[in-house]
Amino acid sequence: MTDRSTLAGNGRKIEKGYNFAFLDEFTKREIRRKILKAVAIPGYQVPFGSREMPLAKGWGTGGIQITLSIIGEPDVLKVIDQGSDDSVNAVNIRNLVERMTGAQTTADTTKATIIQTRHRIPEEVLKAEQIVVFQVPFPEPLRSIEPSEQVTRQMHARKDYSGMWLHLYEDIVKHGRITIGARYPVMVNGRYLMDPSPIPRWDVPRLDQAPVLHLFCAGREKRIYAIAPYTSVEPLEFEDYTFEVEDFSGKICERCGSSDTFLDEMIDETTGSKKYFCSDTSFCDKRQGSGEI
Amino acid sequence: MGYVLVKGGGEAIKNAEAMVGSMRSGDSDAVTTAQVKDGMRLAVDQVMGEGGLYAQDLAALAIRQANGDLIEASFLIRAYRSTLPRTGYSENSDTRDMFVLRRISSAFKDIPGGQVLGPTIDYTQRLLDFGEKDGDEEVDRELSGEANVSADGSTDRGADGEGTGSAAEGFDIPKFSKVADLLREEELLEDASANPDDEPFDITRESLRFPAPRSACLQTLARGETGAMLAFAYSSLRGYGSVHPTIAELRVGYVPLRITHPYTGNAVSIGDVQVTECEGILSGVGTTRITDENKFSLGYGLVFGHNEKKAISMSILDGTLAVSEPKSPAEDQEFVLYHIDGIDAMGFVEHLKLPHYVTFQSGLDRLRAVQNEVEDD
Repeated sequence: MTDRSTLAGNGRKIEKGYNFAFLDEFTKREIRRKILKAVAIPGYQVPFGSREMPLAKGWGTGGIQITLSIIGEPDVLKVIDQGSDDSVNAVNIRNLVERMTGAQTTADTTKATIIQTRHRIPEEVLKAEQIVVFQVPFPEPLRSIEPSEQVTRQMHARKDYSGMWLHLYEDIVKHGRITIGARYPVMVNGRYLMDPSPIPRWDVPRLDQAPVLHLFCAGREKRIYAIAPYTSVEPLEFEDYTFEVEDFSGKICERCGSSDTFLDEMIDETTGSKKYFCSDTSFCDKRQGSGEI
Repeated sequence: MGYVLVKGGGEAIKNAEAMVGSMRSGDSDAVTTAQVKDGMRLAVDQVMGEGGLYAQDLAALAIRQANGDLIEASFLIRAYRSTLPRTGYSENSDTRDMFVLRRISSAFKDIPGGQVLGPTIDYTQRLLDFGEKDGDEEVDRELSGEANVSADGSTDRGADGEGTGSAAEGFDIPKFSKVADLLREEELLEDASANPDDEPFDITRESLRFPAPRSACLQTLARGETGAMLAFAYSSLRGYGSVHPTIAELRVGYVPLRITHPYTGNAVSIGDVQVTECEGILSGVGTTRITDENKFSLGYGLVFGHNEKKAISMSILDGTLAVSEPKSPAEDQEFVLYHIDGIDAMGFVEHLKLPHYVTFQSGLDRLRAVQNEVEDD
């Protein structure tokens, strides 16, 4: 293969013929301005002129636009998909950022300055200097009860969330409990109902009063939103039917023995029995190794 | 174990990509970009339109790289487009200045300037031509355009063209007035809803808001996926809706493109783009649809390259989106504009191939909880 790379300011190789971080500077500036607006109004969906990326829509085009707009040469990037650094799409996204910026990458949650994620928040405690970038398929929490964007924007403006409360109530009447799995709707800063992206309910309490900045971006739907550090994030619940996280009681990770992490369920091919493994693979590796977390 | 847990995802990606190349069957020569550009002009045109970039060589390269998948090729073009800064906007082009290859009207038999059939297979029998294979000299000559063009419609042009065009490269380019202009002169046509002096919405820089201005609708339609637009337009024609236009004029040709020179302020020509334009008089099935002002209204379609089914579909959808009280899917702005983009649709439908272990686990947890509840009762 021919070498098509050139040197970035940090001495690392980046792809020749492309601007630093792929997007042109005007686009990156626009996205950073929209991020600032999103941070200033936590939970509010800011429309932006989403660009087509060299990834398919629905494969992280929103997350990658944020990452490429905020990343600088000294940054260290971690990319996970469903908790795993080695998932094929996470590898692909990480390679793209490496090729276009020369930025360093890591699987170690504590060493990353930017963590781009699909469907999980890393298990380890995150620090104030870190930024978590979420890939979002559906930015609109009300979409399941109202298909029209024009109408849902009005509902947010009026803080009219009665439809969602009714939806939860009907769920309880029909099934005896709230049956929302991932993408559990949360109220941000007591004002905006927000879709936390398809993270499991397990991760939802970690958004509340967190020291890190959470940035959310939906490329296909062209929306950016954010949870500023130390912002209140409450899952919708009733006094008598409270929010519940996934139940892994009595189950432990077969690899590292954790009993306090989100677990993936596997079927053993030979015995047919169920086995459990940590969804956060780098956490699992660490706990198996030195135990320093 | 699932592919999320396999270490060395990077290696797997490389091997998978390499295997795509090995899927080629036979031992014929690889198709060159030039062959794609010259021999598959309609595919190139479709990719330029849906990719939103008028660049024949790049479109041909994309088609070759995508193994002929036109949505994938359009996607490659769109992604490349994101790397280019927006340096300016062209001036308004008037399609009356078009160098016409083809123009037909199904509203009037006789139109000023005459009907010009130009390049079309509309009136041929769609029989597989078994004689058409590589190495057939006769066919090669025909395909390369060397064969004598016999009595086809294009001979009309020189004869009946109004000849008002400016001299270029030593001969007069005939210009054709528009069929719709005839209707306008008789005050049978409603005025366009958009004022040409208004700053148009730019769908590549802002996300759509609803109700969307007409400029945003037209831009979204111009980049829409041909098949999706065809399906929505067809639904309106067939029964889910009431828009069924009569084509005032369908024309294909080259339109000059000008920009304002940044220093002199003069208009400078930067070349021609081939476009297909359709103006449909909006009427119902077997009936006429008359506006509140007792006039006809016009549905407009304009697409890059030669793509008649998309231009006609666009003119129909321009009509359906303007319906004041939407009743059918094709009349619902959000339904149409959010779902006709091939790049959006392809990406999101195919993202289902990504691992969903965590979300599925979360759903499984809920189902088991509900089932346990039922058992406890």
